Amino acid sequence: MVGVVVAIIWMKDLIAVVMLLGIYGLLTASFFMAMDAVDVAFTEASVGAGISTLLLLVAIAKTKRKEHPSRHKPLLALLVVVITGGLLIYGTYDMPIFGMADAPAHTHVAQRYIEDSYDEIGIPNIVTSVLSSYRGFDTFGEVVVIFTAGLGIIGLLSTVNGTGTRKKLPTINDSIEDQHIVLRIVGKILIPFILLFALYVQFHGEYGPGGGFQAGVIFGAGIILYAMLFGMDIARRVISQSLIQLIAAFGVLLYGAVGVVSFLNGGTFLDYNVLLENPVAGQHLGILLIELGVGMTVASVIIIIFFNFAGRKGPQQISDDLGA
Amino acid sequence: MLIGHYNYWVVVALMMLGFYIIIAHGNLIKKLVGLTIFQTSVFIFYISVAKVDGGSAPILADGITQYSNPLPHVLILTAIVVGIATTALGLAIIVRINEAYDSIEEEFIQQQDNLS
Repeated sequence: MVGVVVAIIWMKDLIAVVMLLGIYGLLTASFFMAMDAVDVAFTEASVGAGISTLLLLVAIAKTKRKEHPSRHKPLLALLVVVITGGLLIYGTYDMPIFGMADAPAHTHVAQRYIEDSYDEIGIPNIVTSVLSSYRGFDTFGEVVVIFTAGLGIIGLLSTVNGTGTRKKLPTINDSIEDQHIVLRIVGKILIPFILLFALYVQFHGEYGPGGGFQAGVIFGAGIILYAMLFGMDIARRVISQSLIQLIAAFGVLLYGAVGVVSFLNGGTFLDYNVLLENPVAGQHLGILLIELGVGMTVASVIIIIFFNFAGRKGPQQISDDLGA
Repeated sequence: MLIGHYNYWVVVALMMLGFYIIIAHGNLIKKLVGLTIFQTSVFIFYISVAKVDGGSAPILADGITQYSNPLPHVLILTAIVVGIATTALGLAIIVRINEAYDSIEEEFIQQQDNLS
């Protein structure tokens, strides 16, 4: 991993840098897997190795490909980095030994989650129960952050300027669309399964690794694949921009509404015990609903981000470059 | 004793490499890549703290008594998705900067600002 990062520093070609970053993301995901963090590995594999590589590539297509050789003096930067790194390494000597079971991180609230969560929530995946029930409020905040980022991107990049003279924009996908019939057919076969898998991840998140965040990312990736293979214009016709914005907002609202309903039933905000007669069944319902809200928001924000990037007009020579 | 901290050293090394990219490179996309690496090093830090020797993935099953700590997993899971959303926002700003200045190099942008 360190080697890949060192290579990233030396590369001047930004596309190579982004490809290396994708490899780095995949390595990170395997590392998370080795550390028993299956949910996190799942997310990192779909986000770090998939979506972020894709978004960076689209952004490069809209800007410049080569990095200009820098006239900064790297020595000063190197000095700062070495000093900071040295201090941090010195600091690690006070940290608990790797893998120690009685490290401070494991002795406080985590123990209670492991021991009691099954009786209180009734689902085996502890990560999901902590994510959506014990710390549901934090997750709500994070969903709002994602939604806000989506809003910001619409504000910055939205192509609808009200001028009414929207020509067919030259996108990076035009050449792929015409030439690669194999890609299109394989894509046609794969995309339904990707979407189906996303739904499986969404609704199976209580029992295995998965949940709204991962499902949203996978669903978004499926739609993006469709848009890349068949061109932006067709994809825009299939998924209308305003509908997807509505879904993003609806996901956040659904999450918030579950909280308000538990208010009205006499509990505290996002206390699912009061949703139904049986507290455990109430927890099930609450988690299902808010995971649905999370999945909807994440998927539609990712689609919004991609559509807004790809719909933007970029320098022509670079789009030729990529298509070749 | 010494070898027990190697996970932190990897984290520090990655973090510093990301930090170096951020401060030493003028290209805005490269800076964002550096930021992503920095961010990932923090993720790795949290996840390695959550690891327990002999522990299993935090999904309850019969016959397993030792689990890894689920709390850092939750934090990082959401942080990854929030991270990609904010990275995308940064990229959007870069695309707009490129449209306004026709450059994504810090120096050229600075020069144009000084001229006007």
